Amino acid sequence: MRIAFGMINHDKGEIRINGLPADLRSPRAAIKAGIGMVHQHFMLVPTMTVAENVELGGTGKYDERQSADRIRQLSDETGLTLDPLARVSSLSLAGQQRLEIIKALARHARILILDEPAAVLAPAESQELFTLIRRLVESGRSVVLITHKLQDAEQYADDVSVLRHGKLVLSQPVSEVTMESLAQSMLGSARMSARPLLQKAATQPRRTSGDPVIRLENVSVERISSPRDLHNIDLDVRAGEIVGIAALDGAAADLLRVIAGRCKPIAGKSTTPEKVGFVPEDRQHDALIGEFSIFENIALKDIGRRKGRMPWSDIRRDADALIKSFDIRAPTTRTTARTLSGGNQQKLVLARELSDNPVALIAENPTWGLDIQAMADIHARLRVAALNGCAVLFYSSDIEELVDLADRVLVIRNGGINEVERVAETIGNALLGSSPSSQIDS
Amino acid sequence: MSELAVLALVGDMLVRATPLILTGLAVAFAFQAGILNIGAEGQLLIGATCSAAITLQFGETLGGSIIIVSLIGGSLAGAGWAAIAAELRARFHVLEVISTIMLNFIALYIVSFLVRGPLQEPTHIYPQTETMPLYARLPTILPGTRLHAGFVLAVLAGVTGWWILQHSAAGFRLRAAGKNSSAARIAGQIDVGRTTRNVFLMSGALAGLAGAVEIHGVTFALYENLSPGYGYTAIAVALLASLNPLLVIVTGLFFGVLEAGANALQRDAGIPSTIASVIEALIILAVLAVESIRNLHAPQPGSPSDTPIADLT
Amino acid sequence: MTEIIGPFLEGAVRTATPLAFAALGETVVERSGIINVGLEGSIICGAFGGLIASSYEGTWLALAAAGISGMAVSTLFGVFVTRLRSDQVITGTAISLLSLGLTGTLYRQLYGPAGSALTTATMSILPVPLLSSIPWIGPALFSQPPITYTLYAFVPALWWWIYRTHAGLGLRAVGENPEAAIAAGVRAAHVQFAAILFGGFMGGVAGGTLVIAQAGTFAEGMSAGRGFIAIAIVVLGRWHPVGVALAALIFGGASALQYLFQTMGWNLPYQVFLALPYLLTLLALAGVAGRVSAPASLGTWIRGW
Repeated sequence: MRIAFGMINHDKGEIRINGLPADLRSPRAAIKAGIGMVHQHFMLVPTMTVAENVELGGTGKYDERQSADRIRQLSDETGLTLDPLARVSSLSLAGQQRLEIIKALARHARILILDEPAAVLAPAESQELFTLIRRLVESGRSVVLITHKLQDAEQYADDVSVLRHGKLVLSQPVSEVTMESLAQSMLGSARMSARPLLQKAATQPRRTSGDPVIRLENVSVERISSPRDLHNIDLDVRAGEIVGIAALDGAAADLLRVIAGRCKPIAGKSTTPEKVGFVPEDRQHDALIGEFSIFENIALKDIGRRKGRMPWSDIRRDADALIKSFDIRAPTTRTTARTLSGGNQQKLVLARELSDNPVALIAENPTWGLDIQAMADIHARLRVAALNGCAVLFYSSDIEELVDLADRVLVIRNGGINEVERVAETIGNALLGSSPSSQIDS
Repeated sequence: MSELAVLALVGDMLVRATPLILTGLAVAFAFQAGILNIGAEGQLLIGATCSAAITLQFGETLGGSIIIVSLIGGSLAGAGWAAIAAELRARFHVLEVISTIMLNFIALYIVSFLVRGPLQEPTHIYPQTETMPLYARLPTILPGTRLHAGFVLAVLAGVTGWWILQHSAAGFRLRAAGKNSSAARIAGQIDVGRTTRNVFLMSGALAGLAGAVEIHGVTFALYENLSPGYGYTAIAVALLASLNPLLVIVTGLFFGVLEAGANALQRDAGIPSTIASVIEALIILAVLAVESIRNLHAPQPGSPSDTPIADLT
Repeated sequence: MTEIIGPFLEGAVRTATPLAFAALGETVVERSGIINVGLEGSIICGAFGGLIASSYEGTWLALAAAGISGMAVSTLFGVFVTRLRSDQVITGTAISLLSLGLTGTLYRQLYGPAGSALTTATMSILPVPLLSSIPWIGPALFSQPPITYTLYAFVPALWWWIYRTHAGLGLRAVGENPEAAIAAGVRAAHVQFAAILFGGFMGGVAGGTLVIAQAGTFAEGMSAGRGFIAIAIVVLGRWHPVGVALAALIFGGASALQYLFQTMGWNLPYQVFLALPYLLTLLALAGVAGRVSAPASLGTWIRGW
């Protein structure tokens, strides 16, 4: 959809609007073609007012009063109430979303794209949103709704298309599909062909023993990207255990960084071992130095504490061994990290973090952006680590992965954490809060 | 040209290269750590000033060993001058580009004041310090030329610097912090703040040493216009060497030749010697352009959302 | 008292004029998220361009020529930074060095190695009738070369443009959140390039003012770091045209202090006064740290995209 709004340029194929080919080279062109987009991560200027954000991209003189009148008029028409003179940073997430919609409507958008709008809304607000969408459609506009909530698709859409791993797998009128067929096409009916490593590791029973290696008691964590901090977090992970966390909105990352020792909690007691491996989500920004070679990236492990000279020949030899055992496809250890594929980069990070046999391994979304093969590989390695006695704690935005890999699943919602049954639908409902009765503890 | 003349020419070029190598190292180290130290000029001047003051004050008491004391003192003074900018950067987030340039100007005026005032030579006619006695001068290492031991010091500094950067843990931390401070902090658990501050100070020390070496090896006195912009040429020296300390020795020599040539041009062909700084600036721009073009064509590190899903292992 | 304060204030406004031009231009540039350390280059090139032009043209045309010289330099900066995505700070530094070297070389070539300048047409002081007789501030504000008077109209005009037009809104958005601006249809790269050109022009006018309305001659390196001081003035003035103009006035006053002290008979070494603007810059930058909010994307763009 970012291609449709001109934010990315497509490599192949063509775009047609109302049968006529369209050149959507930039958002400016898309807007002119009558396309409006409500982004998942809002494209707003926080220090500016609602009116200024709506007017952005216009021409001529900027008259705040005129703009405010226009916004109030649109508000009345659509029922989206907004104070034109309020600063965006003071708006709630729902309010910011209303602004995004008003922005698009103010530009006379005929085609409206909404990217996961319900992610930031409470159920009642969702209802209102969809009522508005219905009204817009009835007035002659077209709406493209991107969502992972199958109920919304079934209830409100006329046609539905499913994309999985970059390919279109389904495109039919809603009347011709069922919830089950939708779910199946999203998650994939046939699990990928036998993943031998995975099978082997999956069948070996693991003993989880002894005292928890990681223990959080009544911990509070400050959230960077959200005003809602996490409170009263109790969490245990034992050696040999694999615990998965599901969360929306980046909540898990803040918690995991505290556990991995990269941040301090604001309250409570956090017991974590000294030797902890950490796999951050943004591997190119936070885990690897792109311009460094493979062996130099491996040398980053614990470099903060090392003294004296760097034993490069030893490091290179160890790196060679790691590359082999982790099956990292690269010509030599001198290859720069940024030329590796995503899967190989992730394997490199994992190899490094596991290289000193840590007592615990913390991973943020370890298979994000990887294809099936690479995912399976990473999963297998995490299991092997657990088999060797490592306590593995990870967060994933992929519910299927949680079910597959974790022994136990925890869900972060509303600033707290709960354990839930390791069933896809249960986890999904707990995350989205649409069926509170499915939570084990409330 | 006679043998003697060639020798004198080579010696002259190496003499010119000495401060360029030292300040070039100062800039290279700083840039490697992501610190844009444009203040090598001021740090050099303060180092020279401190050296001159120490020598004038304690030269008689200490005799020949005054050189060592003075060189160390000059280095420390240069580090101290850089520390001002380092502290402003760490505590007040002041861009080091601006603060170091401001400090360059202030250093100029400090020298101007001192050589017309407290440090002025006894007859009070010329705006400079008293000329240094022979025992306070660096020994010449190539008879028939002005080439002094400072050149050896500069080369040693280059080699040592290269070893530190490539083969020591501290050097590795420095490079990591400069390339990607976020990964350095999160993956390497490096104290980026402490690392960058230390590098900033070391950079100042090298520039201060350059000033001290000039005093004891070439000028034998402190006066205004001691430096024809070494601190700024150093940027070109460092960038052309791709910030590699060993290559800095080479590019330092190259720019030494360039400036000697520019002086000759002015003498013989009447072309102003400022042409050298034009060429130096153009070289910087050329290096930047080449690097940028290379970066634009290289695979772009993207955010996870830009990574194509269908990634082959 | 008026005999002391009067000249001091006049001196303050006179010194502030070129600083204000340069700083106002840089304000627009930084509002678009770019920091142009090459401003010094625009100033010295403007000074030189103004020098040459003033031997052929009248003062106003010469000032325009100065502006164009400054803009030519900043065009080079703009190409490197917006098209090649080079590091803004290193590029800016190189541009300043290039300009200083180039103007020095050309000046020596054209006017002799000793650097004795031809004095050229200068813009003399034009007192405004009535207004210049107001006690205390009259002479200071209204007994100046007319280029200063253009500032009095320019500052409110710039303020209006930044806050009351869509173009200014777009500029501010690019500096705060370029992604949001692009998503709204603003052509961020164009905006930045235009801002850089404007900043260069203003820097050139600043340099031209130095030669044509003040010194009456050229000297190598006569910009003396004003480009960098202007950047500090932008911070002090919180990226707001009126604030920047006032901050420029403060710096002008600091430089003019030496006359005040001399008249009062306080004998500090003259180097103290020469160093004062630079010292003040450091203090000002440290002093406002944490209390001003720069355009949000200014810091992030310094190391290139």
